Amino acid sequence: MTGPLHIGFIPLVDAAALIVAVDKGFAAAEGLDVTLVREVSWSNVRDKLNIGLFDAAHLLAPVAIASSLGLGHVKVPIAAPFNLGLNGNAITVSPALHADIMSEISGDPFDPMATALALARVVAKRRKSGAEPLTFGMTFPFSTHNYQLRFWMAAGGVDPDEDVRLVVLPPPYMVESLASGHVDAFCVGAPWNSVAVDLGVGHILHLVADILVRAVEKVLAVRQDWSEKNPDVVAALVRAAFRAAEFIEQPHNRAEAARILAQPERIGVDAEVIQRTLDGRLKISPDGIMREGNRYLLVGREGAARPDPVQAAWLYAQMVRWGQASISPEALKAAMGVFRPDLYDAALGRQAKPTEPSGAIGAFAGPAFDANDIAGHLAAFKIGHRPS
Amino acid sequence: MGAESSPKIVIVDESPIRAAILEEGLREAGFTGVVHISEMQSLLARIYALDPDVILIDLENPSRDVLEQMFQVSRAVRRPIAMFVDQSDAASIQASVDAGVSAYIVDGLKKERIKPILDLCISRFNAFAKLQNELDRAKSALEDRKVIDRAKGILMKLKGLTEDEAYVLLRSTAMREKKKIGEIAQSILTASELLK
Repeated sequence: MTGPLHIGFIPLVDAAALIVAVDKGFAAAEGLDVTLVREVSWSNVRDKLNIGLFDAAHLLAPVAIASSLGLGHVKVPIAAPFNLGLNGNAITVSPALHADIMSEISGDPFDPMATALALARVVAKRRKSGAEPLTFGMTFPFSTHNYQLRFWMAAGGVDPDEDVRLVVLPPPYMVESLASGHVDAFCVGAPWNSVAVDLGVGHILHLVADILVRAVEKVLAVRQDWSEKNPDVVAALVRAAFRAAEFIEQPHNRAEAARILAQPERIGVDAEVIQRTLDGRLKISPDGIMREGNRYLLVGREGAARPDPVQAAWLYAQMVRWGQASISPEALKAAMGVFRPDLYDAALGRQAKPTEPSGAIGAFAGPAFDANDIAGHLAAFKIGHRPS
Repeated sequence: MGAESSPKIVIVDESPIRAAILEEGLREAGFTGVVHISEMQSLLARIYALDPDVILIDLENPSRDVLEQMFQVSRAVRRPIAMFVDQSDAASIQASVDAGVSAYIVDGLKKERIKPILDLCISRFNAFAKLQNELDRAKSALEDRKVIDRAKGILMKLKGLTEDEAYVLLRSTAMREKKKIGEIAQSILTASELLK
């Protein structure tokens, strides 16, 4: 049906639907000949997609939006016809910071407001004693990890630009950086949080699902002009990824999915660690405490795969809140236009509609999100970039 | 930077040989202010301290994402722009990605001053890749020879062949099975291990 496709990905568990689509034959069944290309940085994935070396990519949702708006980089409009996953990130802290937060906490340690308030007290004490500010690792300036960390700590009164340091770290370096004390905490996707816990160098403080009930994470991204020229290929890709997501979400298929993903040329970590992520059974502390997070990573269930433009608007609002984007109705429209439920529906028909209404972001703090009034919504948050 | 002085160039590369090849090329071309960073720990702090005009980084380096943080507004330092921001020269962008290198340039450096740096970078990266391929080929040829010698020894012992006859048998089997002679030799070694 088409020439060979080159699709870039970063070795993370939320590339599962894409990898399984190719390696389990769902893509071939759609007549697609796909070569997956493992990449080492989001910058590479973005650039290779932009200049046409990749036909499609596993991409951070905020990078797809930033690319479409031309933020900090060349402007290339992107279309995202499929969510590869919702949620899936976690915040992991060093044993020392974990002890500090637990000694300051009042309330439930799984309540993000309680931990954020405790963090604010830790930060204030450190400042008083002249200690270095805490350093938090995240994966990319335009990343869900960046916004999720910021959203969480700001709710407790910690200004992420003034009170702590946020630094970009490539995911494979996160664990080592936590162990060496280069960072005190990080927010990253699977499997790196579990790897840190298994090595005894970190405690999982929160699953992102504690902070946002429904957080869009990675998308299947194509160039908008390419999607217009190749609608049949886009539809076939969406169907293949959807079948793969359905396969992964069947509990009896998880072991096989984990084995596929564990291959050295795919994610390249132990299948058991990957399966823990897919099952949402996480060891959260080195002494073996387990946590069941049935919303840890959603690959297709609950209609997770259908792009929701309100989610794109929420990400754009975070870019505005933290000074990465200026606010305008045109930019909002362009951001929302990246997420393409129309392409998803065209490929799959009505069979795969979400069970929850559009816009169910479910943040633990602040008013419910309103995509029609971003300025008003952001005004409700004390901390953030104020346009002068 | 003084507009006419040699721009300060930082090379971020974990391969010391490739960095040396590039550095030498840049110096020969008259770019004297070249610094090589091979240690990725605290990369951004080092770059801020050096305050370069141009940053070159290989695309195999995951720390490329760290450099993207330089675009953030909260930093009170000179803000670099990525080579890819300028779409006017699609051919050289394509060439640099093919060669495996990316450039970040501080705003204000004139385009005609960047071009020779990038061109040199691309040609040196390509030269390095060619060297690397030749080295890999030589290494695997050497490996093959060792494996073939051992397989020959096994055949000589088990089938009472001379060395020449053992080699002919390997070669004809490889041709018949449309495989490399090294692969046939390897399967003989594997089989003999299993049958031990």
